[in-house]
Amino acid sequence: MIEVKELKKGFGGDELVLKGISTTFEKGKTNLIIGQSGSGKTVFLKCLLGLFRPTEGKILYDGQAYSELSSEKQRTLREQMGMVFQGSALFDSMTVEENIMFPLKMFTKQRKAERRERANEVIKRVNLINANNKLPSEISGGMQKRVAIARAIVNNPKYLFCDEPNSGLDPRTATLIDNLIQEITHEYEITTIINTHDMNSVMEIGEKIVFLQKGHLAWEGSKETIFKADNDDVTNFVYSSDLFKKVREAVIKENQ
Amino acid sequence: MGYLKEIGLYFMMLKGVFIKPTKTSVLRNLVLKEIDDLIIGSLGIVCFISFFVGGVVAIQTALNMDNPILPKSLIGFASRQSIILEFAPTFISIIMAGKVSSFITSSIGTMRVTEQIDALEVMGINSLNYLVFPKIIAMLFYPFVIAIAMFLGILGGYTAAVLGGFATGDQFIQGLQEDFVPFQLVYAFIKTFVFAILLATIPSYFGYYMKGGALEVGKASTTSFVWTSVFIILSNYLITQLLLS
Repeated sequence: MIEVKELKKGFGGDELVLKGISTTFEKGKTNLIIGQSGSGKTVFLKCLLGLFRPTEGKILYDGQAYSELSSEKQRTLREQMGMVFQGSALFDSMTVEENIMFPLKMFTKQRKAERRERANEVIKRVNLINANNKLPSEISGGMQKRVAIARAIVNNPKYLFCDEPNSGLDPRTATLIDNLIQEITHEYEITTIINTHDMNSVMEIGEKIVFLQKGHLAWEGSKETIFKADNDDVTNFVYSSDLFKKVREAVIKENQ
Repeated sequence: MGYLKEIGLYFMMLKGVFIKPTKTSVLRNLVLKEIDDLIIGSLGIVCFISFFVGGVVAIQTALNMDNPILPKSLIGFASRQSIILEFAPTFISIIMAGKVSSFITSSIGTMRVTEQIDALEVMGINSLNYLVFPKIIAMLFYPFVIAIAMFLGILGGYTAAVLGGFATGDQFIQGLQEDFVPFQLVYAFIKTFVFAILLATIPSYFGYYMKGGALEVGKASTTSFVWTSVFIILSNYLITQLLLS
């Protein structure tokens, strides 16, 4: 579980990017951070990842405040984090298998055979077929995302962060990736936090949704409650696509 | 102010390179890979240029010796002096600035653009140590490249002088041995060592701190070549002033 308490973040100027966010991301759930471009989603995610130091406030990882830990403990905590980047961020000089084995190579004393065995377990889990010896440039965008997910979970992380995991993918592959992340979250009891502005993802896997607006937490709820949100910003965001406008009209008609 | 900020950031980067070291077994492989990319991969062009420029130096010296009183051994002497003191360490380093610096800047810059550096940081890896330290260690082998350049430059000079009929082999070798000051070799290798550090770190700085996309990677590579060359020339002047004047 990750608890965020009155988180504020600025970059030296008068204006704060995050203006006092408090929320909780629960274990074993897919938690989504949504909001328009410039709402502070990426800064929030980078604060959660420990890449940005908060200006004020605390982030507690299962009760431990990252900023109050010694550098050794911070390093241990980081090893418990997995991250799926928007562009996959695979190391292009390494094969798929080497990419997945990389965190094991860096942080464990496992032998190569053990690392390979574990890598193949997760490769199987994310349904990657015949790709072990291929370079990232030789596989499709969807497969790259699977490799990124496999690399993120190979070290059995307690926390999984995903930045726009299905951007640039076709709708079917995007749904498969969303579902894969949700299955992994439930299966391994991970605290998963996904940064997205894709309403399809929201409706597929939004077990907890945090809506950011201009650095504030404007609304929080779930995919079941987002259509009834009593917040104009959320409503405008949700119904910005024609598809969801039509869904809403259909729901209103049905209720009449 | 902008330049001061950049210089400060460069030294902060250097500090960052030496803290939180990467696992030794991983680092060993990275160093070997960098030696292959930066040192072994440069040998071909260095050997080719050294041999032929050495030949040109010998021919130019011979053609400018109009006075019959001047001994033919002077061709060997002048070739040795120009190759050991300037051509091998400085001229080859400028060529390496073009080859190595653009390679380092573009490879690190591409990693920045594609979030691979962020991925390392998120995993708790000191990306500066992981990316830059192996390059510095690999470039410590750079003096060997320069030693080869010196040897081949002189060999090229000898070949051109003898085959061109400008001097006999004995005359050329006699010239090579005349008034030899061993400290000049020490001076050449001291500056080679400094150039090696500059060649590894300045391009790394431009790659690591670049912002933007693919276009900016290209721009950063060019800027890195320009500044690496500028600092090689400046440090060459300073070291020469300090050690030889």
